[in-house]
Amino acid sequence: MANTKSILVSPIFDNNPIGLQILGICSALAVTTTVANALVMSVALTLVTAFSSFFISIIRKQIPSSIRIIVQMTIIASLVILVDQVLKAVAYDVSKGLSVFVGLIITNCIVMGRAEAFAMSNPPIPSFLDGIGNGLGYSAVLLFVATIREILGSGSWFGMTLLQPATDGGWYVPNGLLLLPPSAFFIIALFIVIVRIWKPEQVEDAEFVMKPQSKGMAHGGGH
Amino acid sequence: MSKPKNNNAKTISVALTLCLVCSVLVSAAAVGLKPAQVENARLDRNKNILVAAGMFDPASDTNEDVAERFKDFDVKIVDLDKGNYLDDDALKAVGIADRNTYDTSQATKNQALSEDLGDNDPASIGRKPKYAKVYVKNDDAGKPEMVVLPIQGYGLWGTIYGFLTLEGDMNTIKGISFYEHKETPGLGARIEEPKWRAMWTGIHSYDESGDVATGVSTSGSKENWVDGISGATLTSRGVSNMIQFWLGEQGYKPYLDHVREESGRTIDNTDVQAQQVSYKKLGQSSYKNPTQQQAHPVTELASIAPAANGKEA
Repeated sequence: MANTKSILVSPIFDNNPIGLQILGICSALAVTTTVANALVMSVALTLVTAFSSFFISIIRKQIPSSIRIIVQMTIIASLVILVDQVLKAVAYDVSKGLSVFVGLIITNCIVMGRAEAFAMSNPPIPSFLDGIGNGLGYSAVLLFVATIREILGSGSWFGMTLLQPATDGGWYVPNGLLLLPPSAFFIIALFIVIVRIWKPEQVEDAEFVMKPQSKGMAHGGGH
Repeated sequence: MSKPKNNNAKTISVALTLCLVCSVLVSAAAVGLKPAQVENARLDRNKNILVAAGMFDPASDTNEDVAERFKDFDVKIVDLDKGNYLDDDALKAVGIADRNTYDTSQATKNQALSEDLGDNDPASIGRKPKYAKVYVKNDDAGKPEMVVLPIQGYGLWGTIYGFLTLEGDMNTIKGISFYEHKETPGLGARIEEPKWRAMWTGIHSYDESGDVATGVSTSGSKENWVDGISGATLTSRGVSNMIQFWLGEQGYKPYLDHVREESGRTIDNTDVQAQQVSYKKLGQSSYKNPTQQQAHPVTELASIAPAANGKEA
């Protein structure tokens, strides 16, 4: 089943939901200040995407097209509430750290994007794998962003101190910008650049071509 | 597919079935997991009480340690206006069924258990509970060794909830912790960091005449005040107002005066060296090295000197 493998693996780098489709940016900004939070968010989103695609695919032939979006939302929302409740029961500290963002998985475009684009027209098992694959693609970006933000912003990785901050007697002055959401924009852009250098086929065609700079008025040209 | 997809009857039946299945699932999860969630919230709160009391080390202590150490504390309900403890009969009279389940912050939502602060509301909490739940730890002689007080106040984005611990003299601050807030991560949320919280330790709540003598300074270092957090002025101000409110006449002052009188102690801000010995004895955080103990501890703590707060637990 070469197809199965490509469904699972291609969203990680070849067709990354954040890197290529530019979906799900908002949560990638919000939860990537520490690697631990990013990891939990990744797992939660992967599970929600996989199971929502799975269930939607099972009943895809029964879903009337007039209410298909609201049906997808209901299924996704129920799963997100489940994840939130389970987190509160078994990993209270983490759930406190992620606070509102677990609930916001509901509005994550990746989940609904996969439901609408893949699960509505494919059987359950491939849909499930597609959800896992896209979740992994999301996770790859989140962990990449969180690694850079936590190391440079707090001098640690996964809570382990790597660069001793100056306030604790070390030499490293943490970069406060990296703790704020805008920094994730730069790092996601960096991720996209790296992936596109590695896989040049992802580079989009320019929407317009820059003309060579004119020689100015010397040719008597004007506007 | 025998029926067309856009038949109205079918649309409604699919919608109804889906809603039914999803609501059963969600409510089952909410009801089934509720006990574990309540237990977690309770543990988290108890843990923060121990953090405020300087009796919890996040690196090595487990939930069992929390439960074990928490037994050292007596849970008491205090009448904030009069400053005395309420016994079981008095509790029943005011409508508090069980002191263990009473929640000071929830009481503000109950008309009978709280009063409107009106304009006189520096901590922006709206209503003040009439009764507060405090946690008292007595020493072997039966005298109060420390008391943990729940505090709350408005920061920048929402209400900050925490605990403040005072030593047996009902004046020296032993520790502070925050268990719920909505402040900006990396800026205002730094009030949670052990390093900032450690600056509170050893600070005197009151001056000799019994007025509140501390707070968070947002402009320069002040003697016996804690430095604000740069980039988080409004959060710092919120914490300052909250501390001053709860230590003040409207807050725990009548109670603290009462306890201090009963245990035969007075406000004595000169007895600083003795306090330090007691931290040592309790094996608390090593936020000072020996050479710095010669210096005045308050000013020493108020600066985030790198070495001073190096390995705070």
